[in-house]
Amino acid sequence: MRTRKGLVQAVTRDYQLWIMILPAIIVILIFNYIPMYGIQLAFRDYDFSKGLTGGEWRGLAYFRQFIDSYLFTDLMRNTFLISLASIVLGFPAPIILALILNQIRRKKMKQLMQTTVYLPHFISVIVLVGMLNVLLSAETGVVGHLMKSIGLGHINLLASTGTFIPVYVLSDIWQHCGWNSIIYLAALSTVDPQLYDAARIDGASRWQTIRFIDIPALVPTIIILFILSMGNILSTGFEKIFLMQNSLNLPVSEVIATYVYKIGIVSSQFSLASAIGLFNTVINFIFLFAMNTISKRVSETSLF
Amino acid sequence: MPSTQGAGLSSHSTRPSIGGTGPSIQGAPPPINGNRPRLNGKELAFKITLGLLCTFIFLIIVYPLYFIVIASFSDSTLVATGKVWLFPKNISFFGYQEIFKDMRIWTGYRNTVFYTLFGTLVNMLFTLPAAYVLSRREFRARKAIMFLFVVTMFFNGGLIPTYLLMKDLQLTNTIWVFIIPFCVNVFYLIIARTFFESSLPQELYEAAVMDGCSHFTFFFKVALPLSKAMISVIGLYYLVGHWNDFFTALIYIRNNNLQPLQIILRDILLSNQVFAGGAGTGGDAGGYAQRYADQIKYGVIIVSTLPILVIYPFIQKYFEKGVMIGSIKG
Repeated sequence: MRTRKGLVQAVTRDYQLWIMILPAIIVILIFNYIPMYGIQLAFRDYDFSKGLTGGEWRGLAYFRQFIDSYLFTDLMRNTFLISLASIVLGFPAPIILALILNQIRRKKMKQLMQTTVYLPHFISVIVLVGMLNVLLSAETGVVGHLMKSIGLGHINLLASTGTFIPVYVLSDIWQHCGWNSIIYLAALSTVDPQLYDAARIDGASRWQTIRFIDIPALVPTIIILFILSMGNILSTGFEKIFLMQNSLNLPVSEVIATYVYKIGIVSSQFSLASAIGLFNTVINFIFLFAMNTISKRVSETSLF
Repeated sequence: MPSTQGAGLSSHSTRPSIGGTGPSIQGAPPPINGNRPRLNGKELAFKITLGLLCTFIFLIIVYPLYFIVIASFSDSTLVATGKVWLFPKNISFFGYQEIFKDMRIWTGYRNTVFYTLFGTLVNMLFTLPAAYVLSRREFRARKAIMFLFVVTMFFNGGLIPTYLLMKDLQLTNTIWVFIIPFCVNVFYLIIARTFFESSLPQELYEAAVMDGCSHFTFFFKVALPLSKAMISVIGLYYLVGHWNDFFTALIYIRNNNLQPLQIILRDILLSNQVFAGGAGTGGDAGGYAQRYADQIKYGVIIVSTLPILVIYPFIQKYFEKGVMIGSIKG
């Protein structure tokens, strides 16, 4: 029963609630909404004395400057390629892993496997890139020695334009695949066990139970996560790419996010960097909406 | 319906509806085939494939970690020439000695521990009460405030406007930049709200009100004690986030005394700065140092990851629970 207990009591009640939520509201307004307001910097000259929104209005000049710059095609291509490779290889990996883990019958074994696959997620991105540096080094790394011993010769995996994307994507799978599989495992755990029994009585093989019970049970989760990952297609892993960059792989590793950092924070061209950042956000949004619409039509599952 | 031995294939066409929608399975077609022995050839092949796959996954994750451990206390020359594979050889703790002499690492450690503990505490102080309020159906502004929060998950001002705001607020080069700007994570807030909503029945609150309970007392005396699982999961997420954060320091911190461990690690692991400053290597730095560069790196990886590895077994049981909490409704 929802009672109205009179105005006085309602106000007393609400006043305590307001006190509890006010700090969060203030923080969100300051640190999330003021920067949104500051987006207009992308259309203005930045003026040190007048702050975020005081400079002269320049319209789309900074967007044009970015699109006309010689780096534009390279940046777009790199960003798309890295995102695409991450999605094509990285997105199915946790699904497959969850299906595999879900098939392990022995409880101890399953526990051990899960503990193992979650572990790399807790390694910081800097330590991970540090590990890549020492392990993949062509001269002294264990992978370098391995490649030499099976006759693949002397390739510096970290400093060659051809291997940057594979190293980036595979190490990402190594690190996060297990962790990302948790959500699929959770979805699988909601499947009614009677379904498996029924299928077994029907003579279904283990493979068939995966194909006809497990995978369909995962579809809604898969779609939601896929839409979300499409919304991030142009903002993939700034931190890791930034740390993995060196002068030799720069032609394939410079992406929009790292460029924004260099233009904005390092060389203080605030307006141009804001414009590039906004350009990035808008394209992300278009992808998110497009995928959401398609998904709504096809499967009736959508984010909004 | 003709039943064939090749049930494996025919079932594809005869039972397309299985699992299409979960609940409707009760009305699945009748059995195609009689009972089959449980462990036939196919089952066995499946088991072997599964075993091999699991072994492969296990090794590929564990070996790099194991290798770093043995490399960190093996003779660096043997490691560099590829002689160390399975067991440490010519055990030497030179790398660790150098690390323990390096003050930067300890400063970084101290800073990171402080930012992590204090930051997580502030996170909880801001997130939990707000989540509780948003879970109360009688709170009128609930929907509007929720919308205000959720928008920030999909849209933000971007790097530069945020950076300039921090500068204007004079937060750069202070410890507060690690604590205040990120003290509410909307995603975790939603997880907490969903948990409060589903685990605290309305009747409980009404009964408490009858006994003269205010929102404050209800929150502290009833809601929090009933939510230990969720609190530990969210605390863990925040904790790991703070521990691994280097981006904040990269952008907002110039002062060496405030640098967190991750930035120090970057200097050592990626910029090879162990030797630029000498770090106790003495006179003939050059070649002498280069020989041990990698050993120090292996050791640094261990020393910096150790805290997480130590608490990992204790926190692991919460992972799945946490995701389950997050995935109920939305």
